[in-house]
Amino acid sequence: MPQQRTWEHFEHQADIGIRGTGATLSEAFEQAACAMTAVITDPDVVRATRAVEIRCEAGDRELLLLDWLNAIVYEMAVQHMLFSRFEVQIDGQRLSGCAWGEAIDIARHQPAVEVKGATFTELSVAQDDGGHWIAQCIVDV
Amino acid sequence: MDLSRLEQLTDNEWRINPFGAMRVPGIVYADADLIRGMDDKVYEQIVNVATLPGIIKASYAMPDAHWGYGFPIGGVAAFDAAQGGVVSAGGVGFDISCGVRTLTTGLTRSDIEAHKESLADALFTAIPAGLGSTGTLRLSKPEMQAMLTGGARWAVSQGYGYQDDLQYSEEHGCMPGALAEEVSQQAKRRQRDEMGTLGSGNHYLEVQHVIAIYDRKAAQAYGLHENDIVVSIHCGSRGLGHQIGTEFLKSMAIAAHRYGIELPDRELACAPINSPLGESYLGAMRAGINCALANRQILTHLARRAFECVVPKAELDVLYDVSHNTCKEEEHVVEGKSMQLFVHRKGATRALGPGHADLPEAFRATGQPVLIGGSMGTASYILAGLPQSGRCSFASACHGAGRAMSRRKATKQWHGRQVIDDLSTRGILIRSHSCRGVAEEAPGAYKDVNAVVDTAEQAGLARKVVKLAPVICVKG
Repeated sequence: MPQQRTWEHFEHQADIGIRGTGATLSEAFEQAACAMTAVITDPDVVRATRAVEIRCEAGDRELLLLDWLNAIVYEMAVQHMLFSRFEVQIDGQRLSGCAWGEAIDIARHQPAVEVKGATFTELSVAQDDGGHWIAQCIVDV
Repeated sequence: MDLSRLEQLTDNEWRINPFGAMRVPGIVYADADLIRGMDDKVYEQIVNVATLPGIIKASYAMPDAHWGYGFPIGGVAAFDAAQGGVVSAGGVGFDISCGVRTLTTGLTRSDIEAHKESLADALFTAIPAGLGSTGTLRLSKPEMQAMLTGGARWAVSQGYGYQDDLQYSEEHGCMPGALAEEVSQQAKRRQRDEMGTLGSGNHYLEVQHVIAIYDRKAAQAYGLHENDIVVSIHCGSRGLGHQIGTEFLKSMAIAAHRYGIELPDRELACAPINSPLGESYLGAMRAGINCALANRQILTHLARRAFECVVPKAELDVLYDVSHNTCKEEEHVVEGKSMQLFVHRKGATRALGPGHADLPEAFRATGQPVLIGGSMGTASYILAGLPQSGRCSFASACHGAGRAMSRRKATKQWHGRQVIDDLSTRGILIRSHSCRGVAEEAPGAYKDVNAVVDTAEQAGLARKVVKLAPVICVKG
């Protein structure tokens, strides 16, 4: 039985799978975002000092997950930031969220790779038998 | 991959006979060992690609095929627009026109031995690499437009290199049919700080030396001799390409059923070539190709400046520039008939045979240089296109060794520091901002590039010209 509110990585040959688990859909999305940061660097070394708001809307939960993650990828790229704390509210097809982080510090963060985008591969947003929400996909690095 | 699911045609050619919704067979160019090493997902993806509308002849997999997005990495498929053929954002990928440019230097191994450390440091300083790095160019709106339309030609006009560089490149440095207006504002914004940067992951700038020559005549035509030093740059269209890929994958996946396309896998997201979405993607993708060509041209200029400081007698000339994530409209002969086809190469390199009109005059008798990156600890190769590659695979060959192991497994098995030290004792200098990044790219995480290249040759895709060993590697 997965613990509440966790993230993990899973196998893919060329790239990396990210998975967030939570008691709610929102929590699973937040954790998936943490998992994505962890592809780049240890989330614990990213200070959550500056907030960036993210809003998206999509036709189904899986597309919404992709939009959420790709919005974070975009903000990381254009703001030159890394994020370690996330808050998500999902209302039907709409997501309003916030990502907290700081400017990339190459020496301190030692970013391993850049995430190019979240993909449809192994994309899934579903509940397990225990009612926990699991949100996952492969990210291209 | 289970060999029993394939019909063996020769030692290096295997067939998946059409079943279910497949419109054409699958053809895998690999020997038995390489196939056994391929994930079952590769089989599934070859089969899925074979179901797409308008596909011609076969769904191909190269010797380095591995699990990709919709298409296998190392996948080739050509489509006829007149038969409802599709263009697939998944068949091009997130790094549009990722490719390799190799430069000759006029130097030999002994010329740089005494300067290796300084040269490594100079290149590491000069080449923005890794996440968080930024280029020095900030393009205005008109400059962005010009770059997306002009590619490397634009870069040369801005002072990054020479006119002569352009003929030694696919598309002569500029992809026609680019539509900058089909590239979103977000994609342009994402590219704003990234012109002239290397990126990360498996991207690199490598100083290499020629350690073996297999085809003397071809080597001569390419200007290569034993112990020559060359420089290879592996990178793509950076944030712009990634954003185009992200956006169109989504819009194509959503629109598929509207076009009557049953997607066995959403990652195969595609649209009819003759449709507004298809044309929009083609315009944007071609702009992405120009971005990659411009990027590699700027990096060429930066590499030249670094060499100038350390080894002033170096003369860096472009040998060739290839792309391995593209969809190109090309003429091919199929069953005696000439056809205009849209050829997707996903982690596969164009390999035009001798005599092709698109080749620069100096290479016309030899065939196209096919630049194959290995891993930073092993070897890379330069191959040449073969006359029969047109028949075999729409003139396509492999692009590299392909990963044998996931990034997670690699970081569990190796530490970046150890990898760097081990390679250093073998005379290979690695420069990287990230130890974990180096571990993920450890030589052992990749397949045997020698086996991949030998198979490509035996299958008639391209022939070996020279083998290169790394001396210095700047990793993203």
